[in-house]
Amino acid sequence: MSKLTATPGQTVGPFYGYALPYDKDRELLAPGSPGSVRLQGTVYDGAGHAIPDAILEIWQPDSDGNIVRRTGSLVRDGYTFTGFGRSAVGNSGVYTFTTVNPGPTEPGAAAFISVAIFARGLMNRLFTRVYLPENEEALAKDPLLSSLDPERRKTLIARRDADGGLTWDIRLQGEGETVFLDFEGTGTEGAAQ
Amino acid sequence: MPEDLNLETYNADALTEDLSDAVPAAPQTAAPQTAAQTPAPFVETQQDLSAEIKALGEAYAEAVKGGAKRETQPRLDFAPYRSSILRHPTKSLHHADPETIELYSPAFGHQDVHALESDLTIQHNGEPQGERIIVAGRVLDGDGRPVAGQLVEIWQANSSGRYIHKRDQHPAPLDPNFTGVGRCITGPDGSYRFTTIKPGAYPWKNHLNAWRPAHIHFSLFGTEFTQRIVTQMYFPGDQLFPLDPIYQSIVDQDARDRLVADYDHDLTQPEWALGYNWDIVLTGSKRTWTENEALGADGDDHE
Repeated sequence: MSKLTATPGQTVGPFYGYALPYDKDRELLAPGSPGSVRLQGTVYDGAGHAIPDAILEIWQPDSDGNIVRRTGSLVRDGYTFTGFGRSAVGNSGVYTFTTVNPGPTEPGAAAFISVAIFARGLMNRLFTRVYLPENEEALAKDPLLSSLDPERRKTLIARRDADGGLTWDIRLQGEGETVFLDFEGTGTEGAAQ
Repeated sequence: MPEDLNLETYNADALTEDLSDAVPAAPQTAAPQTAAQTPAPFVETQQDLSAEIKALGEAYAEAVKGGAKRETQPRLDFAPYRSSILRHPTKSLHHADPETIELYSPAFGHQDVHALESDLTIQHNGEPQGERIIVAGRVLDGDGRPVAGQLVEIWQANSSGRYIHKRDQHPAPLDPNFTGVGRCITGPDGSYRFTTIKPGAYPWKNHLNAWRPAHIHFSLFGTEFTQRIVTQMYFPGDQLFPLDPIYQSIVDQDARDRLVADYDHDLTQPEWALGYNWDIVLTGSKRTWTENEALGADGDDHE
């Protein structure tokens, strides 16, 4: 149990654009390289409008399910897969990553990518997960997914596109609101008031 | 625009039509307009916003008296920050036990960050304008363990309250010698240290005469991805604190205070720079640690 109280978060604000993005931030491996897939989607607000000033981070295992613990996410050497990426959305609210399909970290587990979302107007970062759609048996057994009703569960599962890419939209509010996660279990973390 | 302000570093993707946080309400340089040209729109004043902030604060104080749990984080739903209205989840965050990947963190090291990136005053040919300061402290996890060898990123306005960002239209001068972006890797004891310029307050468009207290944005990683946080550090004694909907989105005074650095004369360097100390506490660790990890052997920064 924690002994110290965590420092509060604050919004990323509107001006992260010259600070957080970096060269090849969204390319966990080079686009077009063997095994690479595109992960893409749009971030929407409660009015259904795309948000043009959000920034996403992903953190994931490699395609074999190994959790890579290697440096080099900020200055990529072109061949080391580090598992971390960052993508600011464009004017139309679309983020894009080039990555690999994550492998299950345990035999039979559902494969997912961990996601953190930051935006102007969003007071604190939000955590969520995006699952690969294929292994239905694993998805059915997943502790998080099975704790959600079917409508909400859908918000965490990516769609596989015809070209092998993944599409996954984020809705911060309203109909189809994405499931966001509280890892603290205290009920004080970003409580909806 | 001076040539050595590297325009390549601007994020064109973030240039958007929605400038509500970014543009001052009434640039000093705007041509005067007659009432006939622009019928006075309904404008929310600081008084309106302060009343809202006060009411929410009082309701919270009452709730605490009634036995409600003290809040430690900002409210996602805090209407006085108008941009949050359509951008906060309306459903409660779903409790989840972190699993596998979430119990580890991306690793950063000296490959990723050059030692000089922690000095924001030496990124150009000349000295930036303003009050030179040192901001230093430690990054700890919720159990008090130092977060060693981990990335800290900062960004900020210059001394006149202007960001190097195309969306910042505040008619205050850019400083050709100040970009306002820094990075460092924490030491074995979780320590970080930046040399920079004290940022100015700046106006924004949340309401009429809205001003942000001076602040530095901080981005932090822990030893687990669940500890990831972006926040803002403030300076002690700022008169704008009670007026600022972003700072006040943390309704608990003790929690708000955790974002305010301490002036630290021991950090101050004679004839050179004033020192501010600010320690950052991440959430608690959920993973069972190995002995090596507990000794702070993460990353490549444990020399």
